[in-house]
Amino acid sequence: MRFLLVEDNMSLAGAISDRLQMDGHVVDHAPCAKDAEAFADTTDYDLILLDIMLPDGDGRSFLKAHRARQGKTPVIVLTARSEVSDRVGVLDLGADDYITKPFDFSELEARCRAVLRRHGGNSSNQQRFGDLVFDPLAGTLLVAGRPVRLRNKELRLLEIFLNAPERIFSKAKLVDRLFSYDEEVSENAIEVYVARLRKRLAGSGAAIVTVRGLGYRISLE
Amino acid sequence: MTLPHPASDLRTSGSLVRRLTFRLLLSAAFLALVLFLVVLIFVRDISQRTHDSILFASATSIMDSLRVQAGEITLDIPYAALSMLGNVSDDRVFYSVRNNGRILTGYEDLPAPAQRPVSGSPVYSTVGYRGTSLRVVTLARRLSLDSGPADIEITVAQTREGQTAELARLTRWALMLGGGFFLVSALIGIWAAQSSVQPLHALTGVVSRRGPKDLRPVRHAVPSEMAPLVHSLNRFIERLRVSLARSEDFIAEAAHRVRTPLATVRAQAEITLRRVDKTENRASLREMIRAIDESSRAAGQLLDHAMVTFRTDSLERKPVDLDVLARDLVDRLRPVADLKDIDLQFFCAGVSAIPGDAILIQNAVRNILDNAIKYAPSETSVLIDVRQGPLDVIISVTDEAGGFPPGQDTAALTQRFVRGSNAAGTIGSGLGLTIAREVAEAHGGRLIIEPSGAGAGACVSLSFPLR
Repeated sequence: MRFLLVEDNMSLAGAISDRLQMDGHVVDHAPCAKDAEAFADTTDYDLILLDIMLPDGDGRSFLKAHRARQGKTPVIVLTARSEVSDRVGVLDLGADDYITKPFDFSELEARCRAVLRRHGGNSSNQQRFGDLVFDPLAGTLLVAGRPVRLRNKELRLLEIFLNAPERIFSKAKLVDRLFSYDEEVSENAIEVYVARLRKRLAGSGAAIVTVRGLGYRISLE
Repeated sequence: MTLPHPASDLRTSGSLVRRLTFRLLLSAAFLALVLFLVVLIFVRDISQRTHDSILFASATSIMDSLRVQAGEITLDIPYAALSMLGNVSDDRVFYSVRNNGRILTGYEDLPAPAQRPVSGSPVYSTVGYRGTSLRVVTLARRLSLDSGPADIEITVAQTREGQTAELARLTRWALMLGGGFFLVSALIGIWAAQSSVQPLHALTGVVSRRGPKDLRPVRHAVPSEMAPLVHSLNRFIERLRVSLARSEDFIAEAAHRVRTPLATVRAQAEITLRRVDKTENRASLREMIRAIDESSRAAGQLLDHAMVTFRTDSLERKPVDLDVLARDLVDRLRPVADLKDIDLQFFCAGVSAIPGDAILIQNAVRNILDNAIKYAPSETSVLIDVRQGPLDVIISVTDEAGGFPPGQDTAALTQRFVRGSNAAGTIGSGLGLTIAREVAEAHGGRLIIEPSGAGAGACVSLSFPLR
């Protein structure tokens, strides 16, 4: 996906860009509202992440202008303010969602997914692997043309594997990405989800292979 | 928490209306008394004069009937001289005629005036006689007789019973006149006192009818005497507005300054966690992220709590639809719940709007929902139920988190910084339920924590009265 990140704090912007790029997203960074408008005018983005406190005028003015020129790209506001006072104003101005700093990237991902789903995300997000057709955004999976329902954790697990087929993921890394940091989870919990996912993928030609002592990878049978 | 009623801790020094009314009544009473006395004196004087002039006429007509015939004084008292006195009242009439002090005719013991009258000008006096009071007039005239000058003194007197009765009647009239005057001016005084503080009442009404967030200057037209007061009030409002705006900006700025670097650290920690493989390094990175989450949550809830305290001090009461409010919140938190495969189930059978502050209620409900999602195990359900009771609307959040351990004091959970004994290992500052309880109580409602009906979890309810 292509993100436009509007954030005046350079180190935070760098960290967010790095983190999103890790998951294979493309990120353009605009340090102020003026640059952001220039970027948004020339490029089509899937999502705009907007810091509400910007040096050259509020992020609100950008939001208002964005809505005024009928920008279709959904906007998620990054706010550092108390939720009580800020939330209403931001949503009223036409933001699709907001998230309070500091945020959990899996929550940001979940919010992006929800926003994009509401906007009727485009079908270009579909991934094919063997007999699998997977749309991580819509959360739909077709196994040999047959729809299969996935739980959220199964969906995210499959997404991780499909973003890098044949790559080995250790249990520890999978725990980090599937569970929030305030949950105490043992690595064995991963086995449960892998077992479930294997059951869902049965007959698809794709298999999650256990690599003894290292972890798991997805490959074609 | 609501502001104490302003009158209860305000020192008052009497009432303007009472003070003004009292002074106006006092002056009305004084004027009425003066009026009464003036009328009384005037009436007494007129009555006396009238009486005196009749006495004088009577005495004059007796005097006129004096004749000197052949050196002798003859007197034929005309009937009219005495009967005209009878016209005034039924009072008894006395007279005497003396020549050089010797009685010629009439009552010998009728007292002579203290002052000798001079010829032509009558002398009036009031004397006691035979146990009663007499009004006396004495005329003098010098006749020239062959035997020398004769000083004739004619005295006519009348008892004063009729006059006294008449005076009493006139006094009553004067009294009534004075009383009436007092009554009318008292009424006018009370009206004047009331109407002169009327602008003050109007101003009070205008100021006290304002919403708690209305900090515009007062533009109500007031009498010129009150203009300095309103001017000072406006300057005070302006100072308050500026200082409130400044402290709100300060809170926002503080939050921004604290949270932005925290966000950087957290993002970097997540990136590093993805890159390192060593178990100890990973454990400490996780620890770091947890600490960041804890501090940002604590900062957020402290700021929220400050905001809640600030807003409950002057509670705004507008109709709030709890159905819409709770539904929005559930939608907003669904992505977070999805991460744990927690199913948020929302039930509402349509409820009436309650009067309240939507932002506060939203904050309270969000804290409860946050808690439920945080403590509930993966792949369970959280039920949100909005229903209407006879007197209130109740929002319940029921989880399947196993409820509270036996012996947990559920009332203590709503105290500041107290957390359930099974909450160790989960991020939280313990302010969430406190905020929810304070918001409910500010609206006259309650926070109720109980084991859920199924016995598998906890049910936290907020009730908000309909009125």
